[in-house]
Amino acid sequence: MNSVPGIFRVLPELVLTLTGVAVMLLDASLTPLFPRRYLGMVAAIGTTFALWASLGQLWLPMGTGFSGTVETSAFTIFFHVLICGLVLVALLLSLDTLPEESHHQGEYYALIVFGAAGMCLLTGAVELLLVFIALEISSIATYVLVGYRKQTARGPEAAIKYFLLGSFATAFLLYGIALIFGATGTTQIYEIARLAPTVQNHALILAGLGLMLVGILFKVSAAPFHVWTPDVYEGAPTPVVALISTAPKAAAFALLLRVVYEMLPALRPVWSPLLWVVAVLSMTVGNLAALRQTNVKRMLAYSSIAHAGYLLAAFAGLDSTGVMAACFYIAVYAAMNVGIFAVVTLASSYDEKLPLIGDFRGLIYRSPLLGCLLIFFLASLVGIPFTGGFMGKLISFSTALGGGAIWLVIIGLLNSGLAAAYYLRLALVAAQRPEKENKEKFAPPQVVGVAVGAALLFAAAATLILGIVPGGLLHAADASAHTLEAPPAETSTFGNAVEPQTQP
Amino acid sequence: MNVLNNSILTLIVLVPLAGAVLVALAPERGKATNWIALITSLVTFGLTLHLPAHFIPGQAGFQFEVNRPWIESPAIFYHVGVDGLSLWLVVLVGLLAPVGVVASWNAITERRKLFFALFLIQQTAMLGVFVSLDLMLYYGFWELSLVPMAILIAMYGRKDGPKAALKFFLFTFIPSAPLLVAILWLYAHTGSFDFATLRILIAHGNLPAYQMGWVAFAFLFAFAVKVPVFPLHGWLADTFSEAPVALAMIVAGKLGLYSMLRFHIGLFPAQARAVAPLLVGLAVVGVLYGACLALVQRDFWRLMAFAALSHLSLITLGIYGLTQTGWEGAIYQILNHGVVDGALFLLLGVLYDRYATSQINAYGGLARKLPHTATFFVYASLGMIGLPMMGGFIGEFMILLSTFTGLSKGWAIAATLGTILGAAYMLGLVMRLFFGPESALTASRPPEDLRQGQLAVLASLAVLMLVMGVAPMLWLPTIESGAHPPQAMLISLQREVRR
Repeated sequence: MNSVPGIFRVLPELVLTLTGVAVMLLDASLTPLFPRRYLGMVAAIGTTFALWASLGQLWLPMGTGFSGTVETSAFTIFFHVLICGLVLVALLLSLDTLPEESHHQGEYYALIVFGAAGMCLLTGAVELLLVFIALEISSIATYVLVGYRKQTARGPEAAIKYFLLGSFATAFLLYGIALIFGATGTTQIYEIARLAPTVQNHALILAGLGLMLVGILFKVSAAPFHVWTPDVYEGAPTPVVALISTAPKAAAFALLLRVVYEMLPALRPVWSPLLWVVAVLSMTVGNLAALRQTNVKRMLAYSSIAHAGYLLAAFAGLDSTGVMAACFYIAVYAAMNVGIFAVVTLASSYDEKLPLIGDFRGLIYRSPLLGCLLIFFLASLVGIPFTGGFMGKLISFSTALGGGAIWLVIIGLLNSGLAAAYYLRLALVAAQRPEKENKEKFAPPQVVGVAVGAALLFAAAATLILGIVPGGLLHAADASAHTLEAPPAETSTFGNAVEPQTQP
Repeated sequence: MNVLNNSILTLIVLVPLAGAVLVALAPERGKATNWIALITSLVTFGLTLHLPAHFIPGQAGFQFEVNRPWIESPAIFYHVGVDGLSLWLVVLVGLLAPVGVVASWNAITERRKLFFALFLIQQTAMLGVFVSLDLMLYYGFWELSLVPMAILIAMYGRKDGPKAALKFFLFTFIPSAPLLVAILWLYAHTGSFDFATLRILIAHGNLPAYQMGWVAFAFLFAFAVKVPVFPLHGWLADTFSEAPVALAMIVAGKLGLYSMLRFHIGLFPAQARAVAPLLVGLAVVGVLYGACLALVQRDFWRLMAFAALSHLSLITLGIYGLTQTGWEGAIYQILNHGVVDGALFLLLGVLYDRYATSQINAYGGLARKLPHTATFFVYASLGMIGLPMMGGFIGEFMILLSTFTGLSKGWAIAATLGTILGAAYMLGLVMRLFFGPESALTASRPPEDLRQGQLAVLASLAVLMLVMGVAPMLWLPTIESGAHPPQAMLISLQREVRR
């Protein structure tokens, strides 16, 4: 029985926080003429270290630290690596696309890194108050990032919308936490899991679960809590959308998995049908609304709502298979979504010179690289075989089918047929010959920079590899699913004296 | 056993993919892309010829089989193999690839790299469909085959590419959603995606009958749209008029018809038996409907589309007649139709490139100016009509004979009427394009007959049509070894249809 210093349990978060602080201090101390792009590189390097730190945690014994509030397990490492990877891609993307003259670049990079620290902490927290704090850290960073383009009308509008609605959602979450505390007398997740079946006051714990679900489902932008998504995505700078449509969502889904599978598996008969309804609503609402969009970013916003629905379908699966499928789908979704937003950023530039679907006409003729990548990521979003998107859907739906949710699967797959219509519309417009007489609004770059090229390569390779040889990630997802299923047998509430020792 | 036997199918599937990568790396300028594509497709064709050379006709089951685990959970295997049913179809796809490359040689001038890369990926997908024996692997290739097609239609569409591409994609993608549900349902109940395992498990009949009806229907529906079977042919005419020639010649028929034989009737004999009368009826309607519409078309792509509907419906008739002769005739006719269509599309593509219109009325009197084109066109048309001594005759005759003796005289007579109409529209097309007075359009352009590459391809196709017509015994024994409709279902169907 060896005890691990608590500091190792939060190593990635620590690295990210220090990076953020360093970026901020550097920004303040450097001359105004110094190109702030280098701060982005510092942030990227710090994130890479955080990624290595998360991988290094594999050698830690599984268990909790800081008085049973933070956990290290295959599950947390899975999400840490995923989130750090996504943040890294977003940083690389910003490095090459953020205009040099834009103000507050240092803050931009610092906020991304601080947000990442919050997201990582969110996936590792096993104490509801810490969950709340972590969620706030990541949310506040993203609120500010959304409003980064102050000079446009849409930017601040989006930020205020996101902030107001997001604050409501976190308030719901906090209220839910309070009710659950009222019902069980604790905010430690394992303790709640232990006590939940014996709780006398059902109404209290059910209300607590319901309110928490509202808060979390808002963060993952599942219908009917999705209304903020299109406006925010439209108003935020595209590199930021690449980040906020993936990393915070992955973190929020990790929280959802923890809450329903680890904290309240006893209430499965309650949350399972709820999530069923939310899944169906999300995919249907998302897809139907996306069909009518003309703005690319709004369309992709609705598409991400639909994907939240496909992901929630996995929750119909039986215990560990459901978690496994959900983890896998999150990774796939994140890879392809960050990829497509990266392509959109490059194709229409930071200032969004090509906001509409029609503007993408002839992209493949004007910039074959971007055109092909756009079509590739769209194909993955459609769910064409040999791309990650297909594998994700396959595993999510076959898990749901294994859980007996045949109608959910039928609705889901019909939805994915429907979704093909709008993804394809964009892909086919991009493949069409450009109009000869029309002057081009904006010429997409023929070659891309090193940083952004690396980001694109990273996303595309991940999407392709997950579609062809998903074995490795499936194993990782499976391992993380099993850690959720079997929580540490004993956790001490006082000090880190008792550390269960199971190698992940 | 030959050393290649174990890896030949994998090679056949992967060589076009490797070619696509090479094309993507080649420089855009110059003809390097074309040559790489041509060489890749010829190598693939050569590799496919290995199959009939080493195929053992009498042997039951699949040959050249490879079965390796691919993904642990869900249990997906890389399981490939061919039997008499799929063997020649693989060769046909291999043969049509170089034809397609030659047809696109001068027609495709912009973004050739992308065109040939996607063309070769399409090749991989189609070959994959014919050799896959794991349902998930099969589904993967099936879906993959849609993407390059849709993109190329959008990129090179003649008038409104994206619209036609979207129509094509949605028509075929949406029905494959229920197909995927059905496959997943089978997996949830049997724990296997493997064709052979599933066939045994389904035959034992332990699965709930009511749901099985729906599962079989989902399979059939996806395939019927892909063929297409009347009344699901909405995508066909637009796709034919917009798609680049090299893709139009492979889009219809083969995949859907093969899938019907292998995965619908092969997996669900009882359910297929139940819907066979309906499909026989639809097929006969399709034969007549397609032929009638082809008669009145003014655009030669659309004419070819309805002609294809008519011919493919006849093949469907042969398949759902559920007789041994019908199945052999059906496969033979798929092969023949592939070859003849390849030739006709190549020639029409040449005309379209020269004169930039597909309006039949704009042409006339070309026979004197383009003698080679005219000769081959007349020849291929005769092959299409099913003139004795040509391949089309054997296939059509076998299908009609099996319908007449095995199924119902009335349906056979109706279907025969369709083939007579076929002669009418094809000869009408020949007449309007190549004979009669010279039109203003044809007079205005300098005559430019077939190039050498095209000539070589057409000559070989012409020889092949003739050989298929006079020596069917080169093909039929192999086909026969794979085409067995389940015996028990035959007699009862005959009774039902007669009643």
